[in-house]
Amino acid sequence: MYPFADTGDDETELTNYIHIRIQQRNGRKTLTTVQGLPAEYDLKKILKAIKKEFACNGNIVKDDELGEVIQLQGDQRLKVMEFMVQTLGLKKKNIKIHGF
Amino acid sequence: MSAEELGFDPSLKKKKKSKDSSSSTPAPIEGDANDDDLFAGLKKKKKKSKDKKDDADPLAANEEEDLTESFEGLKLKKKKKKKSTNIINNDDDDFEKQLQEAGIEEISSNETSNKLDLIPYSQLLDRFYNILREKNPELAGGQQQRLKIPPPEVLRDGNKKTVFANVQQIAQVLQRNPSHLIQYLFAELGTSGSIDGEQRLVIKGRFQAKNIEGVLRRYIQEYVICRTCKSMNTELKREAANRLHFIVCKACGSTKSVTSIRTGFTANVGAMKKKK
Repeated sequence: MYPFADTGDDETELTNYIHIRIQQRNGRKTLTTVQGLPAEYDLKKILKAIKKEFACNGNIVKDDELGEVIQLQGDQRLKVMEFMVQTLGLKKKNIKIHGF
Repeated sequence: MSAEELGFDPSLKKKKKSKDSSSSTPAPIEGDANDDDLFAGLKKKKKKSKDKKDDADPLAANEEEDLTESFEGLKLKKKKKKKSTNIINNDDDDFEKQLQEAGIEEISSNETSNKLDLIPYSQLLDRFYNILREKNPELAGGQQQRLKIPPPEVLRDGNKKTVFANVQQIAQVLQRNPSHLIQYLFAELGTSGSIDGEQRLVIKGRFQAKNIEGVLRRYIQEYVICRTCKSMNTELKREAANRLHFIVCKACGSTKSVTSIRTGFTANVGAMKKKK
């Protein structure tokens, strides 16, 4: 309520957002990409757990600029976020969901 | 949106308070007491007004009623309260008339100024804000007349393309450069597209109106709404020196930097993948 109060989003943690995106494929098929996971996590293990839990296929793609990105089949955005918050203990405010 | 709740304008804040205390959620006991006071005063007044009415011709009375009717529309908040008092008191009609009379005639005559003494502060304050809102919505916070964004017109162009017909219009309403908005849309939807001859945006892929609307909403959250006062009356400026974008609020004058649009990772899909 105070005009000069902190607006809540300080720009200090700008770089380590986790971006969850969706991409359209042919027809009504989609891809979900998870970008920017902290390096201390083992992506392979995460992928395996996710694949099992969400019953979808997926793989890890190496990008020149963005590092390793998890790619999953289908629209798993909300599920992935839930998984990250509950299983990996990441903070919700550090996760950004993109797409429609 | 939570914009209203976090309204920062001091006048607005006051308004909220006054509304709370007077109309929406008055403490029942207090309100009753207030009303009693009012009516006690009214009974005296009633006599007076009746006398007056006897003297005056029916035309005048009619006029008065017209005025009350027209006034009622303006004082929605007030009316609500009156309705609640309705149950308690029967001579509410007269009371309303009296009040309206007092409200309309301003402070010009001595008689009304006498009457004004009998009206509780909260109602006066309410009346003040009603008039202020009516004549000077800017000062009253202007929250009532909110920026209206036309809903996105989304059409299907063939099987694989979507036409977003009124991007230009929406960008204009938001006071943003259309290309900035389009850039954001492409980044969020993870596709590409082009602008056709009629200034419509053609997006590759199938999208529904609600999808686009969701993205637009996020765009507004991120790049339009002022973080300090939640106003949508802002401008996006690019500082040449450090290549950062800033939201400059036209209502409260604050500036805030915003992140530039980044496409992020996009996987190669379908035909693109095969080529590689």
